Amino acid sequence: MPILKNNMEEKKVRNIINGTVIDHIKPNCAMKVLSILKDIDQECLIVCINTDSKKYGRKDVIKIENKFLQENEYNELALISPEATISMIKDGKITSKEKVKTPTHIKGIGKCKNPRCITNCQDIETEFDVENGDKIILRCVYCESTNEYKN
Amino acid sequence: MELENFISINDLKKEDIDFFLKKADEMLKLLDSKEPLDICRGKILATLFFEPSTRTRLSFESAMHRLGGSVVGFADANTSSVKKGESLADTIKTVESYSDIIVMRSPFEGASMLATKYCSIPIINAGDGGHEHPTQTILDLYTIKKKKNTLSNLTIGLCGDLKFGRTVHSLAKALSAFNNNKIVCIAPNELKFPNGIKGKIEEKGTKIIQTQNLEEVIDKLDVLYVTRIQKERFLSEKEYLRLKGVYVVDNKMLQKAKKDLIVMHPLPRVDEINPEVDSDPRCIYFKQAFYGIPVRMALLSFMLKCQS
Repeated sequence: MPILKNNMEEKKVRNIINGTVIDHIKPNCAMKVLSILKDIDQECLIVCINTDSKKYGRKDVIKIENKFLQENEYNELALISPEATISMIKDGKITSKEKVKTPTHIKGIGKCKNPRCITNCQDIETEFDVENGDKIILRCVYCESTNEYKN
Repeated sequence: MELENFISINDLKKEDIDFFLKKADEMLKLLDSKEPLDICRGKILATLFFEPSTRTRLSFESAMHRLGGSVVGFADANTSSVKKGESLADTIKTVESYSDIIVMRSPFEGASMLATKYCSIPIINAGDGGHEHPTQTILDLYTIKKKKNTLSNLTIGLCGDLKFGRTVHSLAKALSAFNNNKIVCIAPNELKFPNGIKGKIEEKGTKIIQTQNLEEVIDKLDVLYVTRIQKERFLSEKEYLRLKGVYVVDNKMLQKAKKDLIVMHPLPRVDEINPEVDSDPRCIYFKQAFYGIPVRMALLSFMLKCQS
């Protein structure tokens, strides 16, 4: 084990040269976030769970090497972790940093609570329109039933 | 107007509804002429009824025959390959090659919308669980227009099972497209109008009043639309039996109503309208059922792009 000099912080997660960093994920939610990210099966991922956060006390971090997530790929994270930020890293430098925004429509995430909804009896992806008011409401595009989103 | 599929009453704007009501009037005249028609000659309608129906299926089939077209289909899912476990997608992909237009009813909400994803010919929703029944709504509006000569400035009572009754969901949405209508929802707490749909209607400026007491409001209504308690949608028989018969429209009840009230019902009825009132001229549910023919003739001929 390396011996750290005084005032030297241990680097828990190594830097990436190119790719996407998802930071400030709610603690213990990284695996949930990974479950909704699409097309990352072949990517090199660095996942850190429950690390220190100056802002929130604790947080999770995910780094995806050599893949630059698009807005439509990462905004769904807002439903799991509304404070998460997305940074793009190119040649070791942060080229952009944004907070996730709640999407207006989601596909393939969650289950409709209506037992008579067609999505609960055929093998198909669920789809919801997202209404972002005092509460986040998911309106099933098939049966129109409203589901209050609980994180 | 483009109407590739007719899945929800939201697929139509107010002017589209007006268009179909006028077209239904034309069809009514053609029916009155008793002449054989060939407007849809050579076209085939497929009726896929995964759930029982009398009026909707027969009026669609009758409408297609009247237009000179023909009909294939099934009235019982047990006689189709669905019984063997076939998916909706496979059924639809097969039937689209046998026909020019599909009318389908399913016990599952959103089934018709899902079917459109696999289909290149028009699909009409003839009822999807407790969700929507948009063609019933067009004939309901047609009936109201015929009797009241307007679809605006009306106080309409929706009574009975407003939770599972799909006809009232579509009808309330449509009424909110017209000016200054007031909707009075009369239902027990357990069968109240769904909040999700209610919110959308109120956003359009239509006032919705909720009550459990029909007697208290009947004298204020221009239209009373009664629905059956939807036994097939209840998860518990005990709960159904508790709510069954909660409202009954009979002679005594109608004595309190306006002279020009109209009483409508999508039928079938069970015990919510006593047959003793059938002869009251305000009770027009059988005429309403007949209007299913010209309205569905209008829809089929338009969606098949056949000229009358």
